[in-house]
Amino acid sequence: MTAFATDLVPEIRPARGLPGWALPVATLAVAYLAVPLLATNYLFEAILLPFLALSLAGVGLNILTGYAGQVSLGSAAFMAVGAYAAYNVHLRVEGLPLIGSIVAAGLSAAAIGLAFGLPSLRLKGFYLAVSTLAAQFFVQWALTKFSWFSNDSASGVIDAPPLQIAGFAVDGPVGRYLFALTVVAVLTFLSHRLVISQTGRNFIAVRDNETAARIIGVPVLKTKLLAFAVSSFIIGIAGVLWAFAYLRTVEPAGFNLDRSFQILFIVIIGGLATIRGAFFGAALIVVFPLVLSRFGSLVLGDVFDSGVLDMSQRIVLGALIILFLVLEPDGLAALSDRLRRRIATGLRRG
Amino acid sequence: MTEVLTRVLEGVTNGAAREGAAAAESVQKVVRARPGLAPDADADAQLHPAAKPPAAVEVVAGDGPAGQGVGNEAAQAIVLELAGVSLSFGGVAALSEVDLSVRRGEILAIIGPNGAGKSSILNIVSGVYRADRGHVRLKGQRYAQVPTQALADLGIARTFQNLALFPGLSVLDNVVAGRAHRARSSFVEQIAGFGRARRERLDARARAIDVIDFLQLSALAERPAGTLPYGLQKRVELARALVAEPEILLLDEPMAGMTASEKAEMAGFVTAARDRFGTTVVLIEHDIGVVMSLSDRVAVLDHGRNIALGTPAEVQRDPRVIDAYLGVAVEDDEDVARGEGL
Repeated sequence: MTAFATDLVPEIRPARGLPGWALPVATLAVAYLAVPLLATNYLFEAILLPFLALSLAGVGLNILTGYAGQVSLGSAAFMAVGAYAAYNVHLRVEGLPLIGSIVAAGLSAAAIGLAFGLPSLRLKGFYLAVSTLAAQFFVQWALTKFSWFSNDSASGVIDAPPLQIAGFAVDGPVGRYLFALTVVAVLTFLSHRLVISQTGRNFIAVRDNETAARIIGVPVLKTKLLAFAVSSFIIGIAGVLWAFAYLRTVEPAGFNLDRSFQILFIVIIGGLATIRGAFFGAALIVVFPLVLSRFGSLVLGDVFDSGVLDMSQRIVLGALIILFLVLEPDGLAALSDRLRRRIATGLRRG
Repeated sequence: MTEVLTRVLEGVTNGAAREGAAAAESVQKVVRARPGLAPDADADAQLHPAAKPPAAVEVVAGDGPAGQGVGNEAAQAIVLELAGVSLSFGGVAALSEVDLSVRRGEILAIIGPNGAGKSSILNIVSGVYRADRGHVRLKGQRYAQVPTQALADLGIARTFQNLALFPGLSVLDNVVAGRAHRARSSFVEQIAGFGRARRERLDARARAIDVIDFLQLSALAERPAGTLPYGLQKRVELARALVAEPEILLLDEPMAGMTASEKAEMAGFVTAARDRFGTTVVLIEHDIGVVMSLSDRVAVLDHGRNIALGTPAEVQRDPRVIDAYLGVAVEDDEDVARGEGL
């Protein structure tokens, strides 16, 4: 308690070393300057691109689930809406720059998210989660059923158009990486601005105590719907990155319930209601299967085929989630905070 | 037996004279026996002219201790009225035909045994419940159910019997959240962070810091509210209510579960808040000692009925109160004398 008694409500946190923006800026500098020089194509294609897309989806879901407290199992559906909307807008609107398609995709996902967020006005927790499943199944069904969405391709498969920004092609792995990184950085920054604003406080107020929130004048219904819309907007754009920058060819089945759970796990493991948690969680979810497969084949040799890998992945991931929920409900973000504090005190002593 | 009680309660009133004072005495002169009995039309006629000069009253209340203002004409304005309010839960009557009017700038305590309907009154005033019969009159409007969403804009803030903070937010952010009803900027403006959104943010923050200072919570401003001890969380809740600058403050057992010194501190804050902001306070409290010293008037509820209303001195002399509320059983009398009277 004495540690807090020293400062009188500072505008910026008391200087415990570096200012708050230092770490994100340093990370961005490394991501923009060092990574493109050092990373291999494999690293871009297998790790960094899915990591960026899933991180962004995690940031989006975290706004809804972590901050506003509305559980959703429909994230993959909103990713699909984003991906297919971007594809169609790009296809059907002549001369619209890529950025226009992306924004349109986000808005489409926001509209669908808003519609499937309506049950949240009446339902809570479990029941709401089940009702968001409807989005999951409905979107996947609609994209497969109506071939218009995929420009009449077989079984709803779409191919990403060549990516161009201001006349420059960004089709190589490095180009797509920088493109995805920029989108993620901008949206993450805006999300950060949102969650520290009055609206962000309203989200948390609705999550922590809906009655109290209503009584102090938080427009509860509007706040919930806004959370659904903003979250779906971001997840929709994550879907665009997934389809355009990472896989390049996607089908509706790729945005199934497994993907929704994956994003939910990212948020839980990373830490609810922290933006950087989504990045920790996504890193773990992306890197972990690769490490497991390397490790498995090293230790077990031929026995460790893809079937075993898939199964052991699920088992270890499940165990990990239980472990996190029991031991560190605040996720990797809290873990990293504690680590940083310990290092800081260690340095001060040393 | 009643003599014992009266003596005990008189001891308490001496405490009142010590702490709270002149206000209580000036109120004694102007007690109206059963205000709610006036027919509706009359009540309207009384209310509207009275509701007019609140600005002037606020100046009076803001200038000095509002207690001084209670005696004068304008301060008689009734800011909140319950008329014939009944409420039942599945056949069990929580409130029956309750009339209650609250005057500008006073501290009105509602007391009564468990289940007497005290919290129900606050829940009806704050729109959490809807009255089966009767209505609430606020700012010249009659409500069967007060619109909770507009409560803050109607000038009412409340605290809850069980804490209703946002544990995930810091103390400062909890208090800033109390300004939520004033936010007009859209979320896009807030993300951009200039113009109206910036003004609102700075204003809310400055006011929150001010109230936090006032309630001596500054050292804890950055702490997550959920990590504070109970008594401090209660105080943060008071801060969140006060930052909205309510005309009427509803406090549901603000001192429940506190130690004696915490209670005294809290009582001091409630009085100070009234004096500084000119807020009308309606509070529910079990501790008779606190009630008698803190409040200008006391309403006594028993089995959902308002059985007495008056100054602390009057109420504790009222035989109905002694019978129904205090004079329950011999063993309990001793409890009152030991635990709450002193």
